[in-house]
Amino acid sequence: MNRLYGPKGWTILGAFAFALFVMFPLLSVGVSQDNPLHISQYWVTLIGKIMCYAIVALAMDLVWGYAGILSLGHGLFFALGGYAMGMYLMRQIGREGQYQSDLPDFMVFLDWKEFPWHWWNTDQFWWAMLLVVAVPGLLAYVFGYFAFRSRVRGVYFSIITQALTFAAMLLFFRNNTGFGGNNGFTDFKRILGFPITTPETRIALFAFTGLALIAALLVARWLVTSKFGRVLAAIRDAEPRVAACGYNTLHYKLFVWTLSAVLCGIAGALYVPQVGIINPSEMSPANSIEIAIWVAVGGRGTLAGAIAGAGLVNGAKSCFTQAYPEYWLYFLGVLFVLVTLFLPQGIAGILRRWKKAA
Amino acid sequence: MIPGIRAAAGALIGALAVLISLPAAALDAAAVEKLAFGEGDERIEAIGRLVTEGDPRAVPLLRAFAQGEVQTAGKRVLVVKGEEATDAVTGERVSPLPAEREDVVANNRLRSAIGDALAALGLLAPERGARLAAARALADGAEASMLPLVQKALDRETDGQIRPLLEQIAATIGLKSDDKPVRLAAIAKLGESASPSARSLLVGIRNDGDVEIRSAAQLALRAVEGRLVWGEAAGLAFAGVSLGSVLLLAALGLAITYGLMGVINMAHGELIMIGAYTTYVVQGFFRNSNFFDWYLVAAIPASFLASALVGMLLERVVIRWLYGRPLETLLATWGLSLALIQGVRTIFGAQNVQVENPASMSGGIQALSNVVLPWSRVYIIAFAGLILLSIYLLLTRTRLGLFVRGVTQNRDMASCVGVPTGLVDTLAFGLGAGIAGLAGCALSQIGNVGPDLGQGYIVDSFLVVVFGGVGQLAGTVVAALALGFANKLLEAWSGAVLAKIVVLVFIIFFIQRRPQGLFALKGRAVEA
Amino acid sequence: MHQSNAQGDPAMKRRTFIKQLAISAAVAAALGSTSLYAQQKTVKVGILHSLSGTMAISETVLKDTALMAIDEINAKGGVMGYKIEPVVVDPASNWPLFAEKARQLLTQDKVAVVFGCWTSVSRKSVLPVFEELNGLLFYPVQYEGEEISKNVFYTGAAPNQQAIPAVEYLMSKDGGAAKRWVLLGTDYVYPRTTNKILRAFLKKKGVAESDIMEEYTPFGHSDYQTIIAKIKKFASEGKRTAVVSTINGDSNVPFYKELGNQGLKATDVPVVAFSVGEEELRGVDTKPLVGHLAAWNYFMSIKAPANDEFIKKWAGYARMKNIAGHKDKPLTNDPMEATYIGVHMWKQAVEKAKSFEVDKVRPAVYGQTFKAPSGIVSKMDEKNHHLHKAVFIGEVKADGQFNVVWKTKGPVKAQPWSPFIAGNEKKKDGPALMAEKK
Repeated sequence: MNRLYGPKGWTILGAFAFALFVMFPLLSVGVSQDNPLHISQYWVTLIGKIMCYAIVALAMDLVWGYAGILSLGHGLFFALGGYAMGMYLMRQIGREGQYQSDLPDFMVFLDWKEFPWHWWNTDQFWWAMLLVVAVPGLLAYVFGYFAFRSRVRGVYFSIITQALTFAAMLLFFRNNTGFGGNNGFTDFKRILGFPITTPETRIALFAFTGLALIAALLVARWLVTSKFGRVLAAIRDAEPRVAACGYNTLHYKLFVWTLSAVLCGIAGALYVPQVGIINPSEMSPANSIEIAIWVAVGGRGTLAGAIAGAGLVNGAKSCFTQAYPEYWLYFLGVLFVLVTLFLPQGIAGILRRWKKAA
Repeated sequence: MIPGIRAAAGALIGALAVLISLPAAALDAAAVEKLAFGEGDERIEAIGRLVTEGDPRAVPLLRAFAQGEVQTAGKRVLVVKGEEATDAVTGERVSPLPAEREDVVANNRLRSAIGDALAALGLLAPERGARLAAARALADGAEASMLPLVQKALDRETDGQIRPLLEQIAATIGLKSDDKPVRLAAIAKLGESASPSARSLLVGIRNDGDVEIRSAAQLALRAVEGRLVWGEAAGLAFAGVSLGSVLLLAALGLAITYGLMGVINMAHGELIMIGAYTTYVVQGFFRNSNFFDWYLVAAIPASFLASALVGMLLERVVIRWLYGRPLETLLATWGLSLALIQGVRTIFGAQNVQVENPASMSGGIQALSNVVLPWSRVYIIAFAGLILLSIYLLLTRTRLGLFVRGVTQNRDMASCVGVPTGLVDTLAFGLGAGIAGLAGCALSQIGNVGPDLGQGYIVDSFLVVVFGGVGQLAGTVVAALALGFANKLLEAWSGAVLAKIVVLVFIIFFIQRRPQGLFALKGRAVEA
Repeated sequence: MHQSNAQGDPAMKRRTFIKQLAISAAVAAALGSTSLYAQQKTVKVGILHSLSGTMAISETVLKDTALMAIDEINAKGGVMGYKIEPVVVDPASNWPLFAEKARQLLTQDKVAVVFGCWTSVSRKSVLPVFEELNGLLFYPVQYEGEEISKNVFYTGAAPNQQAIPAVEYLMSKDGGAAKRWVLLGTDYVYPRTTNKILRAFLKKKGVAESDIMEEYTPFGHSDYQTIIAKIKKFASEGKRTAVVSTINGDSNVPFYKELGNQGLKATDVPVVAFSVGEEELRGVDTKPLVGHLAAWNYFMSIKAPANDEFIKKWAGYARMKNIAGHKDKPLTNDPMEATYIGVHMWKQAVEKAKSFEVDKVRPAVYGQTFKAPSGIVSKMDEKNHHLHKAVFIGEVKADGQFNVVWKTKGPVKAQPWSPFIAGNEKKKDGPALMAEKK
């Protein structure tokens, strides 16, 4: 316990958990709409979405902040988890689609008579959950194995991850691939039999996301404060020396890389039922770069910072796209430049400086 | 279509002088009326009548008609050019212009009929060029009614290039004849050609009722197709080279900024875009001058300078502070690219802007009967080669190049011996950015010019540089051409979407096997 | 009549006053919990078009068109005395953001109606939100059909109002009597559906399977050399060929540039496009493209007093608001017209319903008519939420405008459930009721 966080840290975390699991459900479901304290569905889904992003940021920070591997393809793992969940949700629609068929509308539309092989068993929730974890995990493992074994490093690695997500995006755009093409999956009706749009389901998903975020944070924190974490940091700073000491750096990197992908997959799975759509644009290279930006803004190598960064950037985006629709890209662009130039350690860096001063 | 008609119609004036005795009575008013107010078939008929009557005044009328310059005012039919109008029947000038006028719309079918009619007459023009143009226009097939005219032309024609065309035209007509020997002869004639239109004619009678004709047609078809295959292969090869040159242009700037200097410039695409927009702006200055066709001459240096200036500014203000931290550079330049895109959107609007090809760059060379090499692409290939050569010379033969190489190889040592490394960095980055601007200028000739222009090239350019081997100009060239070829070959075989995916996956595998790329830098620089 | 009575009779007058008070109270309640005073004079409407990202190219101008229509209505006293206050948001071509922004508009800003979306995926993304919160969306772009939502009014064309007439024209003698067909599109749902419908239609017309070539390119495809070589080859393998292009906006410029340069003339192989209008051709030198076709329900070149007025208004608005591009060269196109019609129809419906409430406005939109810039009186169907529209086929002119070479006799009723897709014959020509959906 004490290794993970000091008393102050645990208090903050506790307050956070209290807000997520008690205050939000109470104020959004338990309180009538006219009450000024009522939290509307809009905020529930918005914060739920940002928490999913926060999990991704956390996963990114693990590989980038602690192992020095900058991935520009994390959006792919996120989307794969989302697609796995989406397949299950599509199956849950049943015959309520436009064409009243067992198959999703887009398949009826392509004149397919039965599910393609990769949809096998996706009507089972447990199988879908397995896919959520296994598909991004396996892909990351295989990709990472070859990349790390050939000592692909630094920018090279970033660029091939970018190529990977770009290729996947094109693949998923194809209608014949069987994932709904550009439209992806949408118009979900139910999850585990519960209607997806009721406030109760929403707040449940919200709480699950919160739970996943806290769990991910604790796991990551435990990992980076362990011996494993120190070896990882050593690899980041001087890989040849660590290897010379007899560590097999491949295994360390591969483990954290795969774990990171799995976390992204889980985040994606939680994201889809809340925003109600998954489509290939989640895999666009720009999205993956944005993930790196969240971490940079929050502060690399500080897990809480990554979460804060995801919250801050996405919050600003939601706010600016409404308040200054024509100018928000300037804000975003300038923000990145300023952060990298003047705040190499992100928000976490500022806090640390304040602490020192105080 | 329009250039064809123009050429043919221009020839017609001369042709008519030979062909028809002057002067005729006033232009057939009934035919003109049909032409202006009639429905589809009536109009086609009217065109036929005007041509066979052979009044020379029909020629400008038809030409005006094809170009949409005919209007009606009440019952009157006018030919309106700018502010001047003439009566189509009497040829008198009409002034002032009647206020209430209706356009007479010519559709494809009419334009096609007019084009053919004018071309048929053009076959007898005294100038060789006019005859050749007319023969080419008709080579796709002619109406049976033109046969006498074609025969007459054949009797006189001695030119080695025009005669075969005429023979082919005669054959296309002969094919529809009722006389079997004539048809067989026509089939044999078409079998000697290598034109796509001969193929489509032969395909049409491939399953003819007559056994003899059928087998002759199939034989001829096979011969034609055998020749066409070469054209298709040549076309594919050209497409590969062309795509390769585009990739090379997009990647060359990056080969300097990233390959030599190690700056991950995600705003590279936006530097390309700035070059393209500069071209657009320069084009605007030339729009109303007589030198419009030469605007590129000014646009090329302008786009280089504009992008180079922006690049140097970025280097001085942002990138300079991030040397040695490549991943941070990546993020900062990404932010810059967002701001640049939105900036262009604010200034020029979100929609695409129009960059016109100068006349010399529209159209193409008819290399083979079924291969047209568009001028714009030919020029771009040459342009890419020229830039490549200049960079090579600059890097190997100039003092700046020496400095750049020196700083790349060992910054500290270069600094020790008095190389102003800071200045060299700025200049080298400016050079890379400027080349991106040149790429933008070139790309504006074949694609969109819009705020998102650069985004489409950024992933590809990085892949080209990495695939070729960082720091290797030769590697970039080979990589660009190889990827261009691979993409086009696969596209012909599997469709555009899969081709792109396969190429990307191939590169991923390749880099995993061989992280240093095609051409590896030798020595210790790799580790730095 | 009613009005004059009310003026004369004090009792009537009072009743009217009470009625109005009741309406404004209801409206205020519908608009949200904020103070009655602030809301009394304005009503918010949402504008949901991408102003950044890939779709900004097409969508930005629709935002401006909607704003222009709103300005125009406000200048004439607003809707039922309420000033319209537009809420512009930027979903940034990001589909989940579309859903989020739609929710924001409906729940936070409490807008009475939303004008927005361009791509099918953005519409599909916001659709569950509009259905859940019972919002109202006016969707202004031609699309693939196969959808009728009670919360959406579709002011763009369904396939039978665009694609099928265009193909029929090309089959006719005047259109060149095409016998072979290349169906070329970007690989997403609109081209796929359109081509599926066209394929069924062509088969019904006796076109053999071997005379149809279907080809798709990825988004943002910019190198059309191979595709055009394929088209040329296909065209040389038989009778007269026509190309039906559903290539998505941005890829059209490279496609047409290549087409022009490769010398594929409209008189040999005509290309008819469904996503190419005045705005898309802005980026192209159209001289080599003269004669290629486009099918729309509106062209800028249509000669009608309503159109002249529309263009004049737009030109003035663009100059006044300093809209980049349009201030120097104002262009209007079909989706702009559809947006303009949508805003006005909503206003008329609100006035008819005397309420901003969605459930009251919806029935009032049915059968609503508007004198459209295209020169016809466009009517919203009584049942199926789609506009009756006239179909025009235009040939590209050298100046980037279109010559209308063919048009339907009058407005055509939309068939969102295309009869050429199996299973649709059982579909109801109207939105499913909630009870049916359950």
